[in-house]
Amino acid sequence: MQIREPYFSKVFKPAVFVLALVPLAVLGWGVWQDTLGANPIEYITRSFGEWTLRFLLLTLLISTLRRATGWVQCLRMRRMLGLFAFFYGTLHLASYLWLDQFFDWGEIWFDILERPFITVGMLAFLLMTPLAVTSFKAAMRKLGKNWQRLHMLIYPLSMLAVLHFWWLAESKSRLAMPQLYAVLLAILLGERLYQAAKRKWLASNSSKTSASRPSVRMAAKRA
Amino acid sequence: MLIKRPNDIAENAVTDFALYQRRRDFLKTLGGIALLSATGLPLTAQAKSAFSTDEEQTDYADITTYNNFYEFGTDKSDPAQYAGSLITSPWSVTVDGACEKPGKFTLEDILKPHAIEERIYRLRCVEGWSMVIPWNGFPLAALLKRFEPTSSAKYVRFETLFDPKQMRGQQRNVLDWPYVEGLRMDEAMHPLSFMATGLYGKELPKQNGAPIRLVVPWKYGFKSIKSIVRISFVEKQPGTSWGRSAPGEYGFYSNVNPEVDHPRWSQKRERRIGEFRKRPTEMFNGYADQVASLYSGMDLRKNF
Repeated sequence: MQIREPYFSKVFKPAVFVLALVPLAVLGWGVWQDTLGANPIEYITRSFGEWTLRFLLLTLLISTLRRATGWVQCLRMRRMLGLFAFFYGTLHLASYLWLDQFFDWGEIWFDILERPFITVGMLAFLLMTPLAVTSFKAAMRKLGKNWQRLHMLIYPLSMLAVLHFWWLAESKSRLAMPQLYAVLLAILLGERLYQAAKRKWLASNSSKTSASRPSVRMAAKRA
Repeated sequence: MLIKRPNDIAENAVTDFALYQRRRDFLKTLGGIALLSATGLPLTAQAKSAFSTDEEQTDYADITTYNNFYEFGTDKSDPAQYAGSLITSPWSVTVDGACEKPGKFTLEDILKPHAIEERIYRLRCVEGWSMVIPWNGFPLAALLKRFEPTSSAKYVRFETLFDPKQMRGQQRNVLDWPYVEGLRMDEAMHPLSFMATGLYGKELPKQNGAPIRLVVPWKYGFKSIKSIVRISFVEKQPGTSWGRSAPGEYGFYSNVNPEVDHPRWSQKRERRIGEFRKRPTEMFNGYADQVASLYSGMDLRKNF
């Protein structure tokens, strides 16, 4: 699968960009028209949180999609999707700090220290920040090999984000959505483990057969 | 209609509900509150109870679309969407346990002797939001006395209808169905404890617990059990649905208390529905003068 240039850069990618802003527009429209229900602030905070999770999963989906379909081009959308996860994460955090706590730093600090679901949520956001900051090309070049290592933080931070959602819902028996996100994340991370195991197995096989297989080594590098 | 109005008011003297809902538009067109107080227009039909608050009442639309009623689903919008399938007539309530006059009563029998009054109460949800709701109904004590509870009746246990066909939320095991709540006898007999059959002068909407529900304004909202089919006088403190679901988070008493946080969130403040900034939560939801004595000598941290 391949979208011809310049359509990919000039049409497809911008279209995905605009699509990623639709949730924000829908919320903005809802505020304007007062259709977000009796408690719009809770609705907004929750929506931003859920969109953060969705974009994290989409970001993780990209390389799986590439491996599954061979559609290499999709990798060129990964940074954009990751930055949208950070964008919605920032809005989620901002709505908590402002609309929920009104910058009562004492309460916020207490929340972070004493309420596990806030602790892990805050940690997930903190781990997302260096990834967003180092997302541009110059940082990539400068960090070299370490860039890839750094960006593997998306694995633990995604788990923390799902845990944040899970612990929030747990006491009110509303675990259906957190469970769904946990399963999707498990599939995406499980696929990576499977790939890693496969590489290991191929590598040990190829060393036995003495003939070096460049394609396998390339795959290992991309991990 | 099961709502009975006090007999001393003729039907034509009662403010039409649609008009009542537009009362603020009316104020706006008249050009302000000053004129209203000068003319002294009768905006409410029922006698004002000393227990009612004069705080601004939450919009009818918000009260009837933002509900926790897990019997119809766990989303706030589910009850308004799915409660239509609840059959509230005929309805009967079983009264049993430690009392002289147990039995199975039709709703009409339950309501017959009681004059309907209005109580404008604050409602504070354990989740951190609140409303001001004008309920219609009668004191719980007046109802319970009719069944002549015996001396071994130490607690009252209430049960919601269990019928997964009518209540789609019960098809899933989110709670230990049927929903059970309870009060200590003195709490139940307190004059603030109320049985509601209506709100805003209108029949109680199904999503708000039709046809008959409990309202205990100094406790978190989940204590105010909806769509009641059984009332039992018991000797031991009854296990409650939320208490069984998460014993460390939802205690039997569940009095509104800004000093005792829910493990997952602070209870110091609340968002009054319709307001932007949060407001401080009051001890016993602002009913401390009336109910604090019920708990004198009790450690409210332990008995949360």
